[in-house]
Amino acid sequence: MAAVQDGPIEPEPENEIKTETSNEVLGNPGDASGGVPPTAPVAAVATEKPAAAAADSTERQTLLAVLQFLKKSKLFESEEILRREAGLLNEIGDSQGSGAGGAGLGGGGGAEPESGDASSLLSRVAGAAATAQSANATPAPAKVTPVVTGGEDQPDVNVVLAAYSQQGDPVLYPVYYSGLKRFIDSVLDCHRAELSQVFYPLFVHMYLELVYNQYEKEAKAFFDKFHGDQECYYKDDLRILSGLTKKEHMKGNETLLDFRTSKFVLRISRDSYQLLKRHLQERQNNQIWNIIQEHLYIDIFDGMPRSKGQIDSMSGSLAGEAKREANKAKVFYGLLKEPEIEVPLDDEDEEAENEEGKPKKKKPKKDSTGSKSKKQDPNAPQQSRIPLPELKDSDKLDKIMNMKEATKRVRLGPESLPSICFYTFLNAYQGLTAVDFTDDSSLVAGGFADSTVRVWSVTPKKLRGVKTAGDLSLIDKDSDDVLERIMDEKTASESKNLYGHSGPVYGISFSPDRNYLLSCSEDATVRLWSLQTFTCLVGYKGHNYPVWDTQFSPYGYYFISGGHDRVARLWATDHYQPLRIFSGHLADITCTRFHPNSNYVATGSADRTIRLWDILNGNCVRIFTGHKGPIHSLAFSPNGKFLASGATDGRVLLWDIGHGLMIGELKGHTDTVYALKFSRDGEILASGSMDNTVRLWDAIKAFDDIETDDFTAATGHITLPENSQELLLGSYMTKSTPVIHLHFTRRNLLLGAGAYNP
Amino acid sequence: MADREERKFAEVPRDSVKLMAESVGVELSDDIAAMLAEDVCYRLREAAQNSSQFMRHAKRRRLTVEDFNRALRWSNVEAVCGYGSQDALPFRPLKEGELYFVEDREINLVELALATNIPKGCAETMVRVQVSYLDGKGNVEPQGAVPTAVQSLTDDLLKYYQQVTRAILGEDQQLMKVALQDLQTNSKIAALLPYFVHVVSGVKSVSHDLEQLSRLLHMVKSLVQNPFLYLGSYIKSLVSSVMYCILEPLAASINPLNDHWTLRDYAALLLSHIFWAHGDLVGGLYHQILLSLQKVLSGSFKKLPLGFCFLTSLCVPLQAVERVLFPHLSAYWSNLQAVLDDDSVSNAQVKADGHKVYGAILVAVEKLLKMKAQSRSVPVEGSVAVRERSFPGLSPPQEPVSEPGFGIASHLLQGAAGVPAEEPVPVPLPVMYRELYAFFGDSLAVRFSTGPGIEPRASRAAPPQPPDSKKEGMGPDTTRKMPQLTASMTISPRQDSSPRNEPSLPAVQNSSAAPSRFQRSSSSSLQRSKPPPSKAAQRSAGPTREVFQKSRFPLPPAAAPFSFLIAGRQTGRRCQGRRFQTSFPQLHPPNPSAQPPRGYAHKLPVIGRMGKPVKRWVCSQYSLHLPL
Repeated sequence: MAAVQDGPIEPEPENEIKTETSNEVLGNPGDASGGVPPTAPVAAVATEKPAAAAADSTERQTLLAVLQFLKKSKLFESEEILRREAGLLNEIGDSQGSGAGGAGLGGGGGAEPESGDASSLLSRVAGAAATAQSANATPAPAKVTPVVTGGEDQPDVNVVLAAYSQQGDPVLYPVYYSGLKRFIDSVLDCHRAELSQVFYPLFVHMYLELVYNQYEKEAKAFFDKFHGDQECYYKDDLRILSGLTKKEHMKGNETLLDFRTSKFVLRISRDSYQLLKRHLQERQNNQIWNIIQEHLYIDIFDGMPRSKGQIDSMSGSLAGEAKREANKAKVFYGLLKEPEIEVPLDDEDEEAENEEGKPKKKKPKKDSTGSKSKKQDPNAPQQSRIPLPELKDSDKLDKIMNMKEATKRVRLGPESLPSICFYTFLNAYQGLTAVDFTDDSSLVAGGFADSTVRVWSVTPKKLRGVKTAGDLSLIDKDSDDVLERIMDEKTASESKNLYGHSGPVYGISFSPDRNYLLSCSEDATVRLWSLQTFTCLVGYKGHNYPVWDTQFSPYGYYFISGGHDRVARLWATDHYQPLRIFSGHLADITCTRFHPNSNYVATGSADRTIRLWDILNGNCVRIFTGHKGPIHSLAFSPNGKFLASGATDGRVLLWDIGHGLMIGELKGHTDTVYALKFSRDGEILASGSMDNTVRLWDAIKAFDDIETDDFTAATGHITLPENSQELLLGSYMTKSTPVIHLHFTRRNLLLGAGAYNP
Repeated sequence: MADREERKFAEVPRDSVKLMAESVGVELSDDIAAMLAEDVCYRLREAAQNSSQFMRHAKRRRLTVEDFNRALRWSNVEAVCGYGSQDALPFRPLKEGELYFVEDREINLVELALATNIPKGCAETMVRVQVSYLDGKGNVEPQGAVPTAVQSLTDDLLKYYQQVTRAILGEDQQLMKVALQDLQTNSKIAALLPYFVHVVSGVKSVSHDLEQLSRLLHMVKSLVQNPFLYLGSYIKSLVSSVMYCILEPLAASINPLNDHWTLRDYAALLLSHIFWAHGDLVGGLYHQILLSLQKVLSGSFKKLPLGFCFLTSLCVPLQAVERVLFPHLSAYWSNLQAVLDDDSVSNAQVKADGHKVYGAILVAVEKLLKMKAQSRSVPVEGSVAVRERSFPGLSPPQEPVSEPGFGIASHLLQGAAGVPAEEPVPVPLPVMYRELYAFFGDSLAVRFSTGPGIEPRASRAAPPQPPDSKKEGMGPDTTRKMPQLTASMTISPRQDSSPRNEPSLPAVQNSSAAPSRFQRSSSSSLQRSKPPPSKAAQRSAGPTREVFQKSRFPLPPAAAPFSFLIAGRQTGRRCQGRRFQTSFPQLHPPNPSAQPPRGYAHKLPVIGRMGKPVKRWVCSQYSLHLPL
């Protein structure tokens, strides 16, 4: 049979159905070798038609109609073949139908596209014959639509979907499913939790298969019967799924395509897997087995089966857990060596003396030596792994300022919590969408739904633009205060508006040197603004859909953006095209963050995973699963070792980047966590949420409590301590103001920002 | 299973699709319409799901039309124009025919274009910083409070706030009405809510000024009724202000000329409204009321009637009457009795209050008894008519839609008059009745419009029951909750405190006088004819008008057997604060000079420091004193 299928499927030129036929056949799992271009559709009809028509009187009518058509078209040879094959294959079909064996699968699979074929033929030849087909017995009539439109469809979509061609009796799906359910309920407790993971992907694929094959009623019944069994964290996906009842709808649904293209990953211990395999083979439950083979990736490990808690903490993402190999790559999470800057000691001493008297001499020394003595971190990437911009004089000055400030930094801890200042945006009319502070906390910028970006100075120093070119030419360029002279005092104001976007601004980021501001918007562009002239310098066009987030590298020059097109792009400010495109997420990229060493970027996505990408080669080096909702905030710890992530489910998860492990779960927020920030020394993690609270967590304790032994590291099986309440150091209400940004000043004062929302 | 699925999503019915198709001139078959409908549902769901993403990224909780339009735009669908409002559009049903529509008011462009007060744009977005927490502890300001945004209010809002408060608290009645009306319907004053609440919380500072108090209550009412305001936590502040007006011995009540009862009644009514409309926001309000009532009952006399304002204002606490009032009544009674029996001048004020208490208790007890009787009779009796006949006095409120409403039941009563009320009622109702009767005597009996059946029981001072011809007009309307008994207390020169002592009353009138004081009874024709003269009388009342505006003093018609109206407000759920009027039988022909004014009645104006002399008018000879 396979031989017959493979061979002659080349469409005749006058036959308009050719593309559809080839597409469907190509994608069919039954036709593993179907890559061969089809040669004769008539022959295909002849070979495959009967299988579908097996034991069906209405199919017989179809067959007759086809024969009639062939006769009319004077394709006697084909007619002859068809006649012969029909009689022959009818018998085979009967025997297969009862056995439901592996061969049946192939036959059934092959039949599906043909029935569409046949119907399109019929619709042209004899309408009466087409209507004679009863809808529930064969999906043929409704398939007319895809056949007609099939030519314009992207072939890959069809290929993907065609994998859902009929594989058995739909009526039996609930039986199969509940059979498996019974079996899993009956296995030992230790295996049950692991095997239960199979339910969700199986449920989804079975449902989609039913929908694809247009068993609408059956699909609905199937959904109603079993959707209650699924884990609650899949409810968002189930909601999408339940709305989908037509094959036509599947084509436009990206979520489903993703679900199809990527295999759902399960981690199951070898014992449990053997148990399942044995069961399915004993029962000859090929439907389920096939789905597992085709659509699931089972990551088998040796050792103890995992507990329900362990599984639940890791699952929840759109495509199951990450494969273990995915997190095996080496990540250089260490910090780059700070460039040696000669701290002008005298200067500082003078200042210190001026301020507080004499005993200040030690500090700057300590500081400068401290930065100098910092040896290369073994986990750090090579200094030149990623080319970084050279430090300018102004950068060095800023670094010095930073160090000075750092000496006055408050040491935080459970006993000494930071003070919190809250920047409230008034009269924002629900329009504030993004906030950022400069590193030295001198400027704050807000992105608004009305497409504007506004920059405020939060110091008494007003914002001034540079003079016009004409005026600049009049300046004495050799004077010492030239930098002061180029500024136009007339433009001084507390805030500046930046106009240029044509959609809500969803993300903004200051450059480290405070000369630039990035903003990304719904209009699919990222814009670079000069904070010297307060004008737009570049519009980066590369994304095709709204850009949800963008961020400057901590060293400047590079920036990352990610959006609805599920791709993150790495840019350099002087290139109008992206340097890297990070693709792999199955849904929107909702937030992007640079690693402190600028060698990696982390992206959080609506597919409920976090990925860490290597900028050097564009590889995805970490996939973190465990969130149960779209991720809206990310923060690297200052030492680069850890990552914190917050999602719509209100939970904050902590990750060990080096080991690729989840190491903590902070529960407390009741709404989306939109802001996360580590204190300057990494002792405290602050989280801000839609629930109008800022919470402070003991980061040191959270990281210390985790003992990452080799076994845990090897298997990735973590048992999270239930210590959220111990780690929570404080919960602070704002005044009806959702917290959308948090920032620690260089002296560890916590700044929050949000729009008053009456 | 199937309908569970249905419930999960709104579905566009096939008919709607057909209708829309027709509107553009396309005829659809059922099959196609069904398929289209399903597709429309799916697309809508998809768009809704996509739009929620825009909402999340805009860090909002509320999905806006803009979000939806963006989702449409990105799926290459034309956006829906014309709905880009930040606020939710009112979506309302049309009662006739199941039609739902988005309210789309017409805008008079000419008016808009020629308007001189061009509205300014929105206030400038600004950033304000405040130190929220020092060293992680110590709230500088209370958590969750409103930011000090006064300066951030737009000039327009500030002006609005000033104008409205000035208008409401000012002199001009007309202006006040306009302001209140606007406060009730304005959709853009959410930002001002805290300020208005603050104004209202100033009740304590104006407790001497009834006028101001009632204006503040009006303000509360408008705020509560404004559909665009989410009162949230402010409701507590509002409730406490209203409670203050009900419960506290207001400074204004010192002056007997001040009709603080009206205020309290109004406040109670308002509270009941809040209770029904925003009960979800003020959880535990009901229990709070019960508690305060209990406290009042066991406490001093002064506060008692206030509790009854509560009682009568809320529909629910009939059980509360039983549970709280009944056990305490006997203990309290002696207290009240002493007050009422004290005829000394110094006691005048207290005594006047005492009568109100009496009236309030009576009403409450009446309600209680009726409820009990009703609960007993309902299972037995099949129809209202049957019940009417057997329990004429205990019939449930027969509340006709129109006012005055005695018509429906009165004809039933005709045949029913004379049937004793308590006879068919088994224990414990009779027991309770008997006990209460011991307190109230016939005034209780009459409230049930019962016939002579109770006469033998009337132990003290029971005048003969009115003849049936009178009863005819006495409808069984039981909806009156709180009679305004204030009317003649201060105006009219006091007559004899007890009609028993009145020397020369016509037999019929005399006999009917006492018991019918508390019944609102009149022939329907009388009701119709009376209000106009009463209004005329009020207009002539001069300075006392305002204080006693709730009372209606009809000019005594020559032939009518009734001459007195008690006016007030019907509260409770059914009546929605409708006014009621009760006419009282005429005691004797109007003759102002005939009755010697009682001593304290002379003094009252003096106590009230009334500048102008109180006009004695035609009704002044009538007494509202109850026969005891």
